[in-house]
Amino acid sequence: MKTLLAALALSTALVMPELALARPVTLTTTMNAYGGNPAYLALYVTDAQGAYLGSLWMAGGRSQYYQHLSDWYQATGGNPSEINGITGASVGSGRSLTVTLDLADALFDAGYVLHIDAASEEMRNSPNEIAVPLTTAGAGQATPGRRYIAAFAYAM
Amino acid sequence: MLRSLHRWPGLIAALLLVVLALSGAALSVFPAIESVRTPAQAEEGLSVATLAARIRTVYPGVEQIRRAPSGAITAYWFESGTPGAAVIDTTTGAGVSGADASVVERWLKNLHRSLFLDDTGRFVTAAGAGAMLLLSFSGMVLVARRTGGWRRVLARLKGPLPGRLHVQIARISVAGLLLSSLTALWMTASTFGFVPEGAGPPPMPAVSGQTGVPLSDMPALRDTPVSALRDLTFPTPDDPTDAYTLKTAAGEGYLDQGTGQLVAWNDTGGWEKVNETIYMLHTGRGASVLGLILGLMALGVPVMAGTGVWMWLAGRRGRPRLRGNVAAGQADTILLVGSESGSTGGFAATLQAALTAAGQRVHVAPMQAFAPARYGRAKRIVVLAATYGDGAPPASARGFLDRLAAGSHDRIPLVVLGFGDRSFRAFCAYAHDVVTAATASGWPLLLPLDTVDRQSPQDFARWGREFGAVVGVPLELNHQPAMPASVALTLISRRDYGAEVQAPTAILRFALPRRPLWRHLTGRGLAGFAAGDLLGVLPEGSPIPRFYSLASARRDGFAEICVSRYPGGLCSGQLLDLTPGDAVRAFIRRNADFRPKRGRAPVILIGAGTGIGPLAGFARANAAHRPMHLWFGARHADSDLLYGDELAAWQTDGRLASVSTAFSRTAKRAYVQDALRLDSARIAQLIADGAQVLVCGGRDMAAGVADALTDILAPQGLTPAMLKARGRYGEDVY
Repeated sequence: MKTLLAALALSTALVMPELALARPVTLTTTMNAYGGNPAYLALYVTDAQGAYLGSLWMAGGRSQYYQHLSDWYQATGGNPSEINGITGASVGSGRSLTVTLDLADALFDAGYVLHIDAASEEMRNSPNEIAVPLTTAGAGQATPGRRYIAAFAYAM
Repeated sequence: MLRSLHRWPGLIAALLLVVLALSGAALSVFPAIESVRTPAQAEEGLSVATLAARIRTVYPGVEQIRRAPSGAITAYWFESGTPGAAVIDTTTGAGVSGADASVVERWLKNLHRSLFLDDTGRFVTAAGAGAMLLLSFSGMVLVARRTGGWRRVLARLKGPLPGRLHVQIARISVAGLLLSSLTALWMTASTFGFVPEGAGPPPMPAVSGQTGVPLSDMPALRDTPVSALRDLTFPTPDDPTDAYTLKTAAGEGYLDQGTGQLVAWNDTGGWEKVNETIYMLHTGRGASVLGLILGLMALGVPVMAGTGVWMWLAGRRGRPRLRGNVAAGQADTILLVGSESGSTGGFAATLQAALTAAGQRVHVAPMQAFAPARYGRAKRIVVLAATYGDGAPPASARGFLDRLAAGSHDRIPLVVLGFGDRSFRAFCAYAHDVVTAATASGWPLLLPLDTVDRQSPQDFARWGREFGAVVGVPLELNHQPAMPASVALTLISRRDYGAEVQAPTAILRFALPRRPLWRHLTGRGLAGFAAGDLLGVLPEGSPIPRFYSLASARRDGFAEICVSRYPGGLCSGQLLDLTPGDAVRAFIRRNADFRPKRGRAPVILIGAGTGIGPLAGFARANAAHRPMHLWFGARHADSDLLYGDELAAWQTDGRLASVSTAFSRTAKRAYVQDALRLDSARIAQLIADGAQVLVCGGRDMAAGVADALTDILAPQGLTPAMLKARGRYGEDVY
């Protein structure tokens, strides 16, 4: 269980007074048994139109592989300051990643979408593996991914 | 110093290096399999546009197309909620086999690069690569020293088998190991970000917002041949803000899905190209033949680790254990040891123990610790000096000669005993250097230089008696360098010769004890042997073995030696007194340099007296009828022509091409060297045809033979020494 203040990371993108109001949200990503080396995952938020707002978490520590998280890389140019302080280990086949963050209330029920890009060594790039709208009603519901992720859910 | 730089990293990293080498060798096979399996691209100049269109026809949901360095094209698609992937046949665009890397390969790769320990493991394996690099460099210098210089670095090897194997494999594989370890270090540095990376993909530009341009209308895809493709990623379906991502050998960029135009591009940087080349050199991906060669070379590492550890253990076993070493200032005898591998130290320990038992006060030190100013009470300095390779000083004698020449202190009498191997060109060369330097700077010599050949206990004991006589104490030196276990051999038959010429001689044939498999595997019991190897016989009443050349191979089912009675000889007397059924204790010592080399070249066998033994053995084993010519000297044809009947039979059946004899107790009074001179034209021709010379017998005979051959070979511009250096002149002399 990792608890971090991700609100700061988002605040640069979301300049809103309501940011002061935040709540802990637990993001759980369960991987398929895809049978490869541990996968890199980028968790980030866009608005309804797909414009990048900010990153929530980066699973995987080597920046030279970030270009395989293609959508995230296209949106950020791989800028390391986007994931400063919110980087952890890559996630093995069949394992799960649980991150608890303080997320701004304003992110929910406002059309924002949480995306996950995934990639593993010598396997396909899987951008936008997960894309779930952030809503209060959607909390606790599991969403399946395409290639690497068995299920993703956020809980408040 | 250099030896330590080789020994300790080697011992510490041995296991790690074996794991890395074996996994690396196994991994080297995969790129080769992949390149064999990859169908050759039939169409010359096939464009990425055409290929992508073909694939999209078969797999409408295609998301990504990759080209591996082997040329294999892999497509990834997503259709009706399921991801798919396959290796593609470029002519049809259809999948031919699954795309996922083998589980075995991935397991091996993770073992090879990180021992399944992630970053910790990567540091450990990088340290292994560093150790390999250090071992390669220090090993190269050691090999050059061992063989006598860089120019002779590929010379024939001498010495015990593990050492020869170690150096032989090193000479073959050192280039590959250097390449693999250097590239490994580079790749680790690159993984940890210590090496500059390329620019990566350019930032995503604004796009037209339109979609639907056919692949054939995209100039960048039309102009890129498939051979230059690395990766083509299709835009996310129904996302007009996305673009095609193209990566080629030249760079990477984006293509607008509405206009088909290139909207952003970054060229591949210099560092990226360097990194890619190094990746290719290390993994063999894109250079599978090189990969296989490197893999084969890596297979030498386990053998080198094994032989290296063996040599270290053997050296440790041979290390002397000193009791009661007297301080330098108190000792009357200073014993200085110059040893490379430590075997000479064993002799020093024996000498120290014998002198101490005789009431002397002895100080033992390595030659490099030579400090004559401290030897206040010393009456004599004994130098036991080995020679390394072709005349180099041994490791523990650094700087000795300089210190010998320096200083104004009293010159204490010196005794120098050289240790070496007569099969080397520069036998005891360093001991000679010591004597020359000592004489030049005024050190008196108590005894002339003496030598011990191949750790011969007899040589050492003989010198000990002479030294004892000079010092005034009876000195019986009994040193046995790592004696192999002996077995009892039972005499089954004997043939006697020479009684009429006052030279009782016998051919003794012993039964071989049965050697069960477990004894084979544990290396116990009588070892395997061939004619020319030595039988060490332990006589009753003496722990020092006497060596006899074997006239048979293990294959023959018996061990046969020729023995003549030496006046007062303990061992020869006991052997000649044996009757069938009696037993002696004996063991085998290899003598691999004294036997016919492989091939069909003629062999010249020269021997006298009991020296016929191994030569008869070579003829007996010559079922292939290789041309073998024998020159044999005896006293009288009727008395001591050993193997007379067999020699005639072997000549008839072709095992011997010719037999020439010389008899010294007849009217002609001819020795074998006289017979050689008579046949000089024939011998010169045989040598010109590439013949190998093998000489066995007494020291005087061998010297006479060498003189005769020197004269015979002179017109060809050859000498026995030159033939020796080429491994074409072997001597077994006693």
